[in-house]
Amino acid sequence: MARMPVQFRLNGSDRAVFVEPAETLLGTIRRGLGDFAPKFGCGQGTCGVCTVLVDGEPRLGCLTLSVTCEGRSIETASGLADGPTLHPLQAAFMEHFAAQCGFCTPGMLMAAKALLDRNPNPTRVEVVEAIAGNVCRCTGYEPIINAILAAAQQRGVRRA
Amino acid sequence: MLEFRKDLFADERDDNLNVIGKGEQRQDMLGHVTGRTRFFDDHGFDGLLHLKVVRSPHHHARIRSIDVTAAERAPGVKRVIRGQDVPLNKNTLLSLIDFGKDDEPTLAVDKVRYKGEPIVAIIADSEAEALAAVKLVRVSYDPLPTVFDVQEALKPGAVVVNETYPGNYFEYHDKYDHQKLRFGDVEAAFRTADHVIEERYQMSPIEHASTETNGTIAAPETNNRYVVHSCAQGLFFSLGTTAKILALESNRLHFIGGTVGGGFGGKVDSLTEPLAVLGAILTGRPVRYVLGREEEMQFASPRGAERHVIKDGVMRDGRIVARQITSYFDAGAYTRLTSYGVVKCVAHMPGPYTIPNVRGDAYCVFTNRVPATAMRGFGVTGVDFSIEVQMDKLAHLVGIDPMEFRILNAYRDGDMKAHRRVAHNTALIECVQVVAQKVNWPLSETARRASSLSGGGGPRAAIPPTVTDESGRIGRPETRQAPPQLTPGAAPLPAHQPRPVVPVYQPPPAHQPAAALPNYPAQPADAAPLPAPAPPVPNAPAPPQHGAARFSSVFTRRR
Repeated sequence: MARMPVQFRLNGSDRAVFVEPAETLLGTIRRGLGDFAPKFGCGQGTCGVCTVLVDGEPRLGCLTLSVTCEGRSIETASGLADGPTLHPLQAAFMEHFAAQCGFCTPGMLMAAKALLDRNPNPTRVEVVEAIAGNVCRCTGYEPIINAILAAAQQRGVRRA
Repeated sequence: MLEFRKDLFADERDDNLNVIGKGEQRQDMLGHVTGRTRFFDDHGFDGLLHLKVVRSPHHHARIRSIDVTAAERAPGVKRVIRGQDVPLNKNTLLSLIDFGKDDEPTLAVDKVRYKGEPIVAIIADSEAEALAAVKLVRVSYDPLPTVFDVQEALKPGAVVVNETYPGNYFEYHDKYDHQKLRFGDVEAAFRTADHVIEERYQMSPIEHASTETNGTIAAPETNNRYVVHSCAQGLFFSLGTTAKILALESNRLHFIGGTVGGGFGGKVDSLTEPLAVLGAILTGRPVRYVLGREEEMQFASPRGAERHVIKDGVMRDGRIVARQITSYFDAGAYTRLTSYGVVKCVAHMPGPYTIPNVRGDAYCVFTNRVPATAMRGFGVTGVDFSIEVQMDKLAHLVGIDPMEFRILNAYRDGDMKAHRRVAHNTALIECVQVVAQKVNWPLSETARRASSLSGGGGPRAAIPPTVTDESGRIGRPETRQAPPQLTPGAAPLPAHQPRPVVPVYQPPPAHQPAAALPNYPAQPADAAPLPAPAPPVPNAPAPPQHGAARFSSVFTRRR
């Protein structure tokens, strides 16, 4: 089948790429554009390790067709840091030991960023809900929840 | 936060730890949070090919024929690999340490022994084309009877799962159908015990479900070598296995890995490395073989099922006088690591308790289930769970508090274990005391005063006369009935005393730990000791040894 051209922004840079009609956004980002931060875990939308932001909303890269992303803005964990300066979530994840094997971390960070961007001061329950679609098999989630809450608090302090 | 109980383990080590117990950033954390950590699949290659396998739909079947002609002609297909293309198509993981016989093909040829066993590998330009071609392979089967229950598999006349082991049990030392532990005479002790109870415990297989599935990317490198990006938990173990199966010198394999997206024991089997490298050799191109999630959940090895039958004799005062454990480990169709798990299981019998009569038998059994492998303390967790549930039942039976029941029966320093090694560094009593304190569990004064450092040894260090039996030798099908029967008239092993413990290191006087033991109440000679299986040594407890000496059973050659 004919490949189709798609243009979108990836972490602030304009990208143009040819994709198969059935190609997933995850496949395009990883094998097409070489950003390996989002991971493949199940291909069924059950584990969340492929979570990326599409126009600020968390999306499962493995269930999103690339052709639907024309003109959109895509964010992955690779674009979280501002040069050498870590995003507050990244710093909090480091501080709170919120990663062990690190495989779920890029998706977890993007789910958390989407939450804090729309709700800067979430409750613990809201944090749990926000990462409910992201499976972590190492940490037991507690350090991740604590890190996200700490990052929210940190940002609040900075704003005040 | 870590809490160091130097009051409990003051004589363990006298150095001041300057890293342990303090926060330290992990060296890989920055990579994790910036998305820069490279897992095996995070490597780009030009002309990357994709490998998928044809899997058996049957639990047990003879392969009559395999027709790959349609698959070979399918769009995008670059190569079809069959069993005869694998240089050494029979391997067992632990052969690298000379343990067990080669019993598992990389690609099945004559027979499939579990549902999901790989038969043919297809390499194509894309995953979709490889998967499409998988559906075009025609395999004709003669289904065979199956066996899924460990005890059924051990019965005479049972279906033979794995012809390398025709008795359906792993053969230890080429001689024995199980691992066994004998100490004293359990039958005699059961006859005199106040209560005898027997309970059965069973554990299901558990899938590790790491978020990253098993996989490998292999690519031709310069100098006739191959670079292998691997998810393996044991990278060099996987290198050795791949070199063996492909009959390659190991220096032709350049393994890169160590960054594992969750393993938990599920990435020690080298399930994908040999085929990916073989694909790279046969096509001259980079080949990626990654299990899909369904494959990972259904066909990658899980923690195996276990069954433990525990029979205990206990006295009204709470002393356990006999314990018999018969354990069955379901290896699935091939050995992988279960044979080793069984050895660990026997090492944990009869639990951390001083019991004067112990009999243990543990079998590594082959069935038509997915082969099992390592997972987080495999071989140990199941039997320890069973023993501790049994301990609660026994405590209830004799009407003793379950915490105190454990303190009463716990190993103490100087006691003889059923494995005929003297117990050192025992701390179960202290652990129970600390747990009780933390959860405000009331303990009697006697239980609170108990100590692992006193009351052990003496008569509790003796090795009792031990009844022997001939069961367990291969070639005697009747011994597959569990528990094995004693051979009448077999001569008992004589009782004897252990050799004295020889401290390997004398502490410098400056580090005498006596002053550092404020929470250890001195045990006056007339303090009423806890009732114990044998009276404590009448003389004062030996002065605490230096840590190196307490660890002497680990650091010195085995007695």
